[in-house]
Amino acid sequence: MSNFIESIRVLLGGAPKRISKKDMPEEVRELHSHKFADKERIEKIHIELAEKHANPPPERLRRRRWAVLIAVNLLFVLSYHLDIQLLEGALTASRFAGFHMADLNSALQVMLAFKHVVINLVIGTTTVFILWWLLGGRTFCSWVCPYHLVAEWAEMLHLKLVDKGWARDIQFDRRSRTWLWLVFVILAVVTGYTVYESISPTGILSRALIYGPGVALIWVALLLLFEIFFSRRAWCRYACPIGLTYGIVGATSPFTVRYQLPNCFHEGECRKVCLVPHVLDTVLKGKAKAMEVDIGADCTRCLRCVDACPTGALTFKYKGLSS
Amino acid sequence: MMSKKPQKRLTPKQKERRKFLRSIALTVGVSGMALLGMVPVLGKWVQRLRPPGALKEEKFLAACIKCGQCVQVCPVEAIKLADMTDGLGVGVPHIDPREQACDFSCDGLQCVLACPTGALIHEISFPSEVDMGIAKTVNLKQCLAVNGQGFKGLARGADFKGKLRYAQIDRWNPIKLAEHPYDLELCDLCVRQCPIEISIAECAAEDEKRQSGKVDLVAVRQKNECPPKHAIELQEIDGRMTPVILDGCVGCGVCEMVCPVEPAVIVMDSSDSRANSQGMRTL
Repeated sequence: MSNFIESIRVLLGGAPKRISKKDMPEEVRELHSHKFADKERIEKIHIELAEKHANPPPERLRRRRWAVLIAVNLLFVLSYHLDIQLLEGALTASRFAGFHMADLNSALQVMLAFKHVVINLVIGTTTVFILWWLLGGRTFCSWVCPYHLVAEWAEMLHLKLVDKGWARDIQFDRRSRTWLWLVFVILAVVTGYTVYESISPTGILSRALIYGPGVALIWVALLLLFEIFFSRRAWCRYACPIGLTYGIVGATSPFTVRYQLPNCFHEGECRKVCLVPHVLDTVLKGKAKAMEVDIGADCTRCLRCVDACPTGALTFKYKGLSS
Repeated sequence: MMSKKPQKRLTPKQKERRKFLRSIALTVGVSGMALLGMVPVLGKWVQRLRPPGALKEEKFLAACIKCGQCVQVCPVEAIKLADMTDGLGVGVPHIDPREQACDFSCDGLQCVLACPTGALIHEISFPSEVDMGIAKTVNLKQCLAVNGQGFKGLARGADFKGKLRYAQIDRWNPIKLAEHPYDLELCDLCVRQCPIEISIAECAAEDEKRQSGKVDLVAVRQKNECPPKHAIELQEIDGRMTPVILDGCVGCGVCEMVCPVEPAVIVMDSSDSRANSQGMRTL
């Protein structure tokens, strides 16, 4: 329970809490203090890492994820243009083989603005809620959201520009996402209009793919430019209310990334690639409070950390299934 | 020391404070952008024709989830999603009748059936119950009928992409207006192509057949399946045949699309009729 509350607190923008050494179990304390005794092994890891940096191997899981993301969005496009009618609509609401699906944040906005819920929307929302609870909540972000993909490309450029000193990474308070989520909830209730939808890069991109491009893409381009030159992954990290909605859904999801302290040598590779590094606070030297720690709700299960970890300390788990 | 590089001498507390203020600015900026887009939409700066079954504008805007399923099912592709610069709500569907009107060639109001949120009212069943707006005549001096003129040729020219169902040619597939030339002694295109008028005529023909015993099995007609009221007719006013809009007009926009005069003599007006609309007419 305390893990769950902590996970939600960090999701809402709080700084990860650190527990003092004396509150840790004996074995964990023991491990923290003896971790670096094996100098030979650490030396080996460093050599391997240097090699990896000189010759980066393909990110296997990232490629698979991109393939899934593109396939889902392509299915929307083809369903309409080739009239396959398998996945009709857009990411905000759709029918899969005739069965209703509704994006949870869009549905929430409509319910608050309209103050009336038709049965189709109840069906669509429930289906999608169960789906993303099973799949991990913010899994939606990294595996389906089209903005996430273009933002990843922008991020690659951003990192190169930062190296050259042509771009900066201005950090914001992560609570701004929670504030924005509240602002848009209040605006929907007060104005009776789904205000967020008019700037949602997820909705704009999804509709642009399916129904053709429009002027609204300029807004998306501006967001990307801001991310490239001023702040790494700013929209997903500090602003997007959809991410927060799915984060809450996934807080109790059985699909999670699991951290194994005995395998970790604190190289910090995972935090370098992570969209939401605060969820990986536990990997810092001396921070893990148990031998195994499940990563918090804000994690998008993009699995880049799994690819990045040189010692296999991070794996994805489906709780309840034996592996 | 302090005065030389003030920005590098921030205490952690000052840094935290700056970060906090930046984040407030981000929140205000993003909310502001969203609100900016809302003003012309809720302020109704631009006239708009919504798909059949659309609730009263305020409720319609609240209920629409902007998925475009209504767009996908429309056989004549009359429904378009608005862009950021249209002032009609990003991703919200609308119809530009002069380009492509809703001609009810789906019969069953497919867009209404497709709508997942009830922004298009589910209780509606037949075109005669639709309440999109109402046609109005403008600049009647230009009207061919008023001037006693006929019409020969393509109503909107050879390049016009709009489609219309001609039941006598193909009941199930609408064809391009540009593939259907007319030769009329007196132009009555707005009346002739009105889907409500066509439906009334079809019902009358069916009734006649039934009375003369030529049809042995007929499905029971549902209420409003045959439009109970006429929508448009040519009336003789001051010795001139003049198109007059009647109570049965649903605002589908076909008359505006087919009007060969440029600009159209007959246009859709959704502002007054939909101000108190419940999304459908009770006939």
